[in-house]
Amino acid sequence: MLNRTADSVARATPEPLARKVRGISDKGLAWLFISPTILLLLAINIFPLFWAIYLSFTNYRANRPNEVVKNVGLANYKRILGDQDIWIAMQTTAHFVFWTILLQTLIGFTLAWLIDRKFRGHAFWTTIILVPMMLSPAVVGNFWRFLYEPQIGLFAYAISFVSGIPPTDIQMLSNVSLAPWSIIIVDTWMWTPYVMLICLAGLRSIPEYIYEAAEVDRASNWRQFWSITLPMALPFIMLAVLFRGIENFKMFDMVNLLTGGGPGSTTEVASITLKRQAFESWRTGYSSAFAIILFVAVFGLANIYVKALNKVKQR
Amino acid sequence: MSLTTAHSVVAPSANSKLIAGTIIVAYALISIVPLLWIFATSFKTPPDSIAYPPKIVFQPSLEGYCNLFTTRTRQTPEYINSLGPATGLCDETVRKRNMVIAGPSNFMPRFVNSLIIAFGSTFCAVFLGTLSAYGFSRFKVPLADDLLFFILSTRMMPPIAVAIPIYLMYRELGLSDTALGMILLYTAVNVSLAVWLLKGFIDEIPREYEEAAMIDGYTRLQAFWRTVLPQATTGIAATAIFCLIFAWNEYAFAALLTSGTAQTAPPFIPTIIGEGGQDWPAVAAGTTIFLVPILVFTILLRKQLLRGITFGAVRK
Repeated sequence: MLNRTADSVARATPEPLARKVRGISDKGLAWLFISPTILLLLAINIFPLFWAIYLSFTNYRANRPNEVVKNVGLANYKRILGDQDIWIAMQTTAHFVFWTILLQTLIGFTLAWLIDRKFRGHAFWTTIILVPMMLSPAVVGNFWRFLYEPQIGLFAYAISFVSGIPPTDIQMLSNVSLAPWSIIIVDTWMWTPYVMLICLAGLRSIPEYIYEAAEVDRASNWRQFWSITLPMALPFIMLAVLFRGIENFKMFDMVNLLTGGGPGSTTEVASITLKRQAFESWRTGYSSAFAIILFVAVFGLANIYVKALNKVKQR
Repeated sequence: MSLTTAHSVVAPSANSKLIAGTIIVAYALISIVPLLWIFATSFKTPPDSIAYPPKIVFQPSLEGYCNLFTTRTRQTPEYINSLGPATGLCDETVRKRNMVIAGPSNFMPRFVNSLIIAFGSTFCAVFLGTLSAYGFSRFKVPLADDLLFFILSTRMMPPIAVAIPIYLMYRELGLSDTALGMILLYTAVNVSLAVWLLKGFIDEIPREYEEAAMIDGYTRLQAFWRTVLPQATTGIAATAIFCLIFAWNEYAFAALLTSGTAQTAPPFIPTIIGEGGQDWPAVAAGTTIFLVPILVFTILLRKQLLRGITFGAVRK
């Protein structure tokens, strides 16, 4: 009874007042809904980030918490820019990013282009192809160590079966020139489906009437591919490339489990160097400075990524 | 070629379909070989698993699963003979190798940790994400684009770089190697995905429903609860599964921030060793048990996958 009276009063009052009578204003509700997320991110992401920035100007070592912390200014950053190992790690990372993205884009786009022929059963086989992408890179990457074993491993056996090289000579993980490829192969196996799925969405977004018009104009298949298919799918391909680029720039799981950065430091990517500096040598200040540099790089890439996302969204 | 035929002039020919189909099927079959090999290895005996040439046909055995769940000690045959009859299948299998079961392994506790941390963080991330997504979708939030970018960018951070200050912070707060600490961390990582995905799903629900409900006298909160939430169920379920998969698969944070009581399965599985190095059948058994839930979810999710992996930008 009381409720109904309140309701009729609320309905008769002008809109802004009504909102107040009914409870919280829209603006208040918006902040009530959004602020818990923002607060959590501030606590778990932003506060530690500022802490890391502070540490990057010090000589702090996490394994010696009682030692006096000295402010060293920009010394850590200067040392990083002059550190040979860091530059080698960055080159190794760039090498990985380049090859994995090149292979994944080529294979992924080709697969998507073939699936787009819509042969019988294409949906089923697409799902099968997508499976590796959903699995844990660490757990599956760990198992690849077994596949890569020189003699007993299935991979080495298959390669020697095809090529005739004795299976004991295929030392994927301990040979200096093969070790980087062992990681590139697993990453490509795992993430090609990702690129494929996005490319497929791109191909399916091209309206059929464009091809019909091209047929009427007697454009060859080759010409149609280069002037319709590829340019129209390009924003999607770029999106996939950017995202894989960001992810592989941070590559850690697989490398840590497959080679641990070795043999020597041939597969030591930036994340592995960072882990060694921060959690094995315990040079916390120094590694914080390196972490900040990586943050800035990823932040820049993420910025481009979001712009690309919004571009694709407008289609 | 006539343009008056009923079927499309641009439909691929039967021949090109056949070639495309063959290549795709071949790729799919090759790409699942490693997974089939994991499954097969989990049913091999340790000698079979390291045989040369690799055995495709073998006598299936549960030794890998037995070794996964137990720890064992080597004993003399005399001692084993002096024991009573074997109490179970695993006991029998183990005795054939001159071993006795010493106790349960750490696999079960690690697996349970994975379950608690994955489900706990998923629940929190989806809860916070739904609220924020509704806020961003329906209200004029100042600097909305910047806030959304900020939320997404937190997910792009390199985990090792984040782990350094988190490690120190958790040490101060006593959250090191605790399930609560990992739940908080995974919630923070997943909430960005949840906000972006759910905003897309909620954007698709027409505002007219809520407006009608509000004209009928519902408050904004009631309208959200009674009209928006029920219609967003599919989206919320899909988002939850994506969060669950991330938390389930995560390795870098888990490896650096947990070591004992709160350790999850991904950093644990690679450490399963037998007598002469890695016990591959046991590793394969652990991997199989770990992967099966994800396979089921992937099949359930296949229509939403694209959306999930692009933060909701590409829809179909």
